[in-house]
Amino acid sequence: MAHQTAHHTETSHHAPVAEHVEEHTTTGINHRKLLMWVFLSSDCLFFGSLIATYMVYRGQSLVGPYPVDIIDVPITTISTFVLLCSSFAMVRALAATNEDRQGAILFWLLTTAFLGAIFIGFQVYEFNLFRAEGLRIDTNLFGSTFFTLTGFHGAHVTLGIVWLLGLAWIAKKGRLGPKTALDVELAGLYWHFVDIVWIVIFTLIYLIGGFDTGPAVDPSLVPHSITGFLGLI
Amino acid sequence: MATITDVIPRPASQSGLWSWITTVDHKRIGVLYGTTAFIFLLLGGIEAGIIRLQLAVPDNTMIDPDTFNQMFTMHGTTMIFLVVMPLSASFFNFVIPLAIGARDVAFPRLNAFSYWVFLFGGLLLNASFLTNQAPDAGWFSYANLTEKPFSPNQGLDYWALGLQVLGVSSLAAAFNFIVTIVNMRAPGMSLMRMPLFVWMTLVTSILLVLAFPVITVGLIELTFDRNFGTNFFVPEGGGDPILWQHLFWVFGHPEVYILILPAMGIVSEILPTFSRKPLFGYPVVVFSGIVIGIMGWAVWSHHMFTVGLGPVAVSVFTITTMLIAVPTGVKIFNWIGTLWGGQITLNTAMLFALGFVALFIVGGLSGVSHAVAPSDNQQQDTYYIVAHIHYVLFGGALFGIFAGIFYWFPKLTGKLLHDGLGKLHFWLYFIGMNITFFPMHYLGLNGMPRRIYTYASEFGWDGLNMLASLGYLVLFAGTLVFMLNLLISLRKQPDAGHDPWDAPGLEWSISSPPPVYNFAKIPEVEGLDHYWIVKRRAAAEGTPITEPEAAVDPSTIHMPSPSYWPLITAIGVLILAGGMLYDTGWDYIRFPIPFIGGIICFIGIIGWSNEPAAEEHHGGDDHAGEHPMVHGDACPGVVAAVAVRPAGMATPSVRMICSNCGNQLSASFRFCPYCGGAVENPAEPQHEEG
Repeated sequence: MAHQTAHHTETSHHAPVAEHVEEHTTTGINHRKLLMWVFLSSDCLFFGSLIATYMVYRGQSLVGPYPVDIIDVPITTISTFVLLCSSFAMVRALAATNEDRQGAILFWLLTTAFLGAIFIGFQVYEFNLFRAEGLRIDTNLFGSTFFTLTGFHGAHVTLGIVWLLGLAWIAKKGRLGPKTALDVELAGLYWHFVDIVWIVIFTLIYLIGGFDTGPAVDPSLVPHSITGFLGLI
Repeated sequence: MATITDVIPRPASQSGLWSWITTVDHKRIGVLYGTTAFIFLLLGGIEAGIIRLQLAVPDNTMIDPDTFNQMFTMHGTTMIFLVVMPLSASFFNFVIPLAIGARDVAFPRLNAFSYWVFLFGGLLLNASFLTNQAPDAGWFSYANLTEKPFSPNQGLDYWALGLQVLGVSSLAAAFNFIVTIVNMRAPGMSLMRMPLFVWMTLVTSILLVLAFPVITVGLIELTFDRNFGTNFFVPEGGGDPILWQHLFWVFGHPEVYILILPAMGIVSEILPTFSRKPLFGYPVVVFSGIVIGIMGWAVWSHHMFTVGLGPVAVSVFTITTMLIAVPTGVKIFNWIGTLWGGQITLNTAMLFALGFVALFIVGGLSGVSHAVAPSDNQQQDTYYIVAHIHYVLFGGALFGIFAGIFYWFPKLTGKLLHDGLGKLHFWLYFIGMNITFFPMHYLGLNGMPRRIYTYASEFGWDGLNMLASLGYLVLFAGTLVFMLNLLISLRKQPDAGHDPWDAPGLEWSISSPPPVYNFAKIPEVEGLDHYWIVKRRAAAEGTPITEPEAAVDPSTIHMPSPSYWPLITAIGVLILAGGMLYDTGWDYIRFPIPFIGGIICFIGIIGWSNEPAAEEHHGGDDHAGEHPMVHGDACPGVVAAVAVRPAGMATPSVRMICSNCGNQLSASFRFCPYCGGAVENPAEPQHEEG
């Protein structure tokens, strides 16, 4: 069709005049960035639902192992620390991109991915340990909710690592810089979001819920049915 | 990775089958959505026919109870997820860019991806018929009926996976339309100048984005329960089947507004046009829509009054449910206020819009009667509920959609639908709908439970059931008349011209059917009902309305190019989800096929992100990275994230760089905001509009 035989020698008379350029992306926010924020809002509800399921079933497991038997807060504190450090590395990667320091871009992207991989390593270790100690996804409600929630979080981190490695590959070819900083920024938004989700998970599952036992736990501490949970909100 | 893009040459056909398969044009995608959804409407209608045939006489043995269960489950699922939602999506696609003065949606390829995933999700769901294991637990599939011991065949797996795939489609589309509406409005179109349909699309999309993840989690838990032995909804393992109801209805009630708000938007466009008056109280209608969207989150447990949530929860949800009737009622009064004193044209579109208002009032009133918990205890699981849902979804959503079809058909095709046949269609639908569903109020209050495959004659339900089944025949005839109308109108009707209704919307200022680029010159919006303002002023000044197309050489407008990658990625999603149905039973690799789908997805996403949104056709060997584009940057990462949930946004994507000053620009800029240079040829000086 005619519109696709573009002539580069012509000026585009149809385009809006200069003072309306800002209005054209009506908010001034880049499409992709807006899309990322909308996606993250959607993902909030995704993790929110998984976390709600976990909270509703806290202390409801009929058989062990219970969290108090196998949750290891110190070990996971280390992996949480590593993941938070990766967010710092992500910030440095974006800063390096904006300042066009090519070596630093690559270094910090790889560092972020590496720290994320260490976190995943801890998770693999933890899953195997739990499995060895008799907790599988079908053992009890704790197993079902724990593996589903942390598993989906781990999958988010894993895909973040793949994304970061893809960016590092592009950075190695020298194609990341201030003009393409948005690519790094979007990865950063996603990465920080996944980190924040982990902070919530760590607080709820490990710090608060890590000492839960079976249904005998003090009912005043635990919303022990969905109705009770509704009552709380 | 660029080699992947090079292996498969970019599709270039402009006509024929391949041009439809690879299209990224929002108008064509709208047609694809509409056509596919209409075929599913016929399918769901046939399922309804089998139900009505079975129930026409007492003690009927035409079909067995299992088949009956499959029929009402697939009828409900089809009509909601494969008919009303995609028909609304069809209007989003076709109308939204035209109504906001844009050339396409923000992410055209993501849009194509949404359609293909929708199609494949629908096929996956209906493929269950081929293996004779159609889902049979009702459209909301309450646990623990859905657990393996009670539903041992794979029907519920088809259902859960099909809905997951459809969720991917809905999410991708909703992301796209939020960004499009927020970010791509023509100059001058502030939020409070947006047509009502655009507003309702925005609210609907936000609801979709927030509601679908909840059902996603519910479906994941259901799938895990059925396949991996988890205990989410299994009481023996400490689980609570009520959790499913909460997850389902936290999604399901916003979903109700996802179904009805687009129709309300359509009606809010049509009533002013054919009353020759602006919408009465436009800001109030907008805010009512927003309030419905917010309050829709606070009413879900009114679906669960008989569960035993306790008096506090029941009272709270009774009150919120009654409150949500207020903004809905406000809208109805505004529609009536729009009609008041107007010069009303009673053509088919207007009749359907008026039918919507009338029937939605009936459905809304029976809805308020459910809000009263003691009364709901009597109505729960009876045909009264069936009557209510059909008044709001058939009389409401579908009438609104048919109004929209008659209204925008001339814009889509350049030809009016035949008004006489259209009126016949309307009256058949209006009368048939009332004959079919009004008796169900009485049947329900007389105690007939829903979802029973037959009944004994001594209950006294014979006559009304026969009446309802006869009403179905009237609806069937109405559908045939509509199909006849489509065929005849496309062949015989004269050209309608670009503005047959003297309508207020931007879309009517361009030719019918619209050119690929929609607006040769992006309009400057002067106010709500922009095109009325322009036409009235031209009439007052005695000047002709300028034809914007004439001023511009269309060959200077770059549009996004067709692409294979959305289709390939969507095929990956289908295999990823559908592959879950094949369980090898091995210890470690129980589900190998999804991995193949995942790899196809991954390849699709890589190819997608390496492909520029718009191809240069002057023969240059372009390198991804410096493409001038009108708009429509790829965002394959979000595809990954929603398609292979969870996932990241591997987005080494192309963008525009101003070759004048070197700044990175948003994909939608045609002029550099930093130096003012034209992106297509930054060396040229800035021109004022001539």
